[in-house]
Amino acid sequence: MGGYGDVQCIDENGIRLDGRKIDEVRPMSIEVGVVPVADGSARMTWGLNDVIAAVYGPMEAHPRKIQRQDRAVLDVRYNMAPFSTTDRIRPGFNRRSREISKVTAEALESVVLTELYPRSKIRVEIEIICAEAGTRCAGITAASVALAHAGIPMTDLVVSVASGKVHDIVVCDLNKEEDNYGEADLPMGILPNSGELVFLQMDGDLSPDQFQEAWDYNMEAAKVVHKHMVEALKRGEA
Amino acid sequence: MKGWLVARPDNMSGDNRADGPRRSQQAPLLVAPGDDLGDSGEFDAGHGVLVMDGRLRALKQGRMNNRDGTVSIEPRRTAYVPRPSDLVIGYIEGCTSNIWFIDIGAPFNAILPMSLGPSKAEFGGIRKVLDIGDAILCRVQEVEENHSSVVTMKGMGLRAIRSGSVEEIDPHLLGRLIGRGGNNLRQLKEETECRVIAGDNGRVWIDGDLGGIIEARNKLNDLLEKAKVAEYGGVA
Repeated sequence: MGGYGDVQCIDENGIRLDGRKIDEVRPMSIEVGVVPVADGSARMTWGLNDVIAAVYGPMEAHPRKIQRQDRAVLDVRYNMAPFSTTDRIRPGFNRRSREISKVTAEALESVVLTELYPRSKIRVEIEIICAEAGTRCAGITAASVALAHAGIPMTDLVVSVASGKVHDIVVCDLNKEEDNYGEADLPMGILPNSGELVFLQMDGDLSPDQFQEAWDYNMEAAKVVHKHMVEALKRGEA
Repeated sequence: MKGWLVARPDNMSGDNRADGPRRSQQAPLLVAPGDDLGDSGEFDAGHGVLVMDGRLRALKQGRMNNRDGTVSIEPRRTAYVPRPSDLVIGYIEGCTSNIWFIDIGAPFNAILPMSLGPSKAEFGGIRKVLDIGDAILCRVQEVEENHSSVVTMKGMGLRAIRSGSVEEIDPHLLGRLIGRGGNNLRQLKEETECRVIAGDNGRVWIDGDLGGIIEARNKLNDLLEKAKVAEYGGVA
C-alpha cells in the first residue's frame, strides 16, 4: 500500500513516513514582526519549511510605467536562498520563482483593497530559508500574515495548502518524500472566512473523486492554518 | 465565520460584548482581517470595517471598538494618508529644475514647488537651497483627487531641519505621545529640555543637546512599549 520503487511513503495503517495520518498537516508556527525595518513581516515554519515574508509600503511605484491609475500594484518577489535545499540554488530569479511570484501576487491581489492606494506599490518579499515541500503555500500564507501585520486593508487572509496523491492514495500536506515520489499535487489558495478559492494549481493527474478528496483535505487544513495565522496576529510581536 | 470563536458583537456574552462595561484590565477584542464582526443591520461600519453580504468584516488587524452602534477597528499599524493642513516632516527624495519631491511617509510622494520653498531659489539651482536627503518641516497645502499632495514651507516655524534627530513612530500612536491637552508632549519637553515637534505623519523632530536627545528617544521607546502592552491587553 503506497510506495514507489523502494520508497514506501505510507504503511498499511495509513501512517506516513513522518508519523502523520493521511489527513493531518505538518506542525507549524507563525510569528510576526521578525523584520523590524519592514512595515510588516512574518516568519512561518511549516514542517521543515522556514519562510520569512516582509512587506514594505504602500509606497510610490517606481518605475512609473508599473503605476496603475486606479489601484496599487503588488510587487511580489519569491526567492529561495541558495542554502535552502541540499542542492545549491543559483541566486537570483529563475523561471520557477517568476511563476510563483506571479501567482502569489494574483492570489493576494484578490483580498488586498488595492483601490485605496492608486499609483502606489506594495512590495512583498518572500524568502525561503529552508525548503522541504510546499514552499509556495508557505510563502503565500506567510505573505498574507505579513500584509495583515503591515496594516494593509484586506477583506480576508489567504491560506494556502496543498494535498496530493501518493500511489493512488490522496494525502494532505505533502512532505518532501511524498512530493518527490508522489503522482499529483494540488496547491490551493483559500479565503477561510468565505471558503472562496483564489489560487489553484495542479501538477499530475487526479480522478474526479481524488480531486474532490484533495479539495476536502485542503479545505479542512485551511481551517487549521488559519487558526495559527489569527493567533500569531493577535499575539503580536515578541 | 465557522468553527472558531471570533469577536463579534452579536454572539458575545453580556460580560464580553463590545459595548458592555470594559475595565482597563480586560483583554481588548483583537481581530484579524476577514473576521466577522456582526450583522450590518444592527451595527454601522466604522474605520477598518467593510459590509460584505450583510455582515461586518474586519479589514485590518487591531482592536475592535463599538461606540454608539458603530463598529470600528483601531489598527495596530497604519499607513499615513496626508490631509490638508497636516504638519509633516519629510525628506527630499529628488528634484527637477523647479520642484522638490518629498517623502512624507505616505504612499505617494509630495511635491514642493520652488515658489513654496523656504527661500528664493533660482530656476535650476534649487539644490543649493534644499538638497536630496535633507529633512524639512512642512505643511500639507493640498491633496488632490488622485492622492498627490503639495506641501509648503511658507508659514511660521516651517524650516529645513539641520540639527537634532528625527524619530519615527506609528501615526496612530501620536495621540499617546501628545496626551490630553498636549500634557505628555509638554512634559517630555520640560524633562528633556529639548524642542520636540511631532509631525502628523508620525515623524518626531527632537532638537537639543545630545543628552536631552538621547533621553527623549528613550522616552519615546518607552511610550511605544507601553502602547504595545496596552494594545495586547495589558495595562499601560
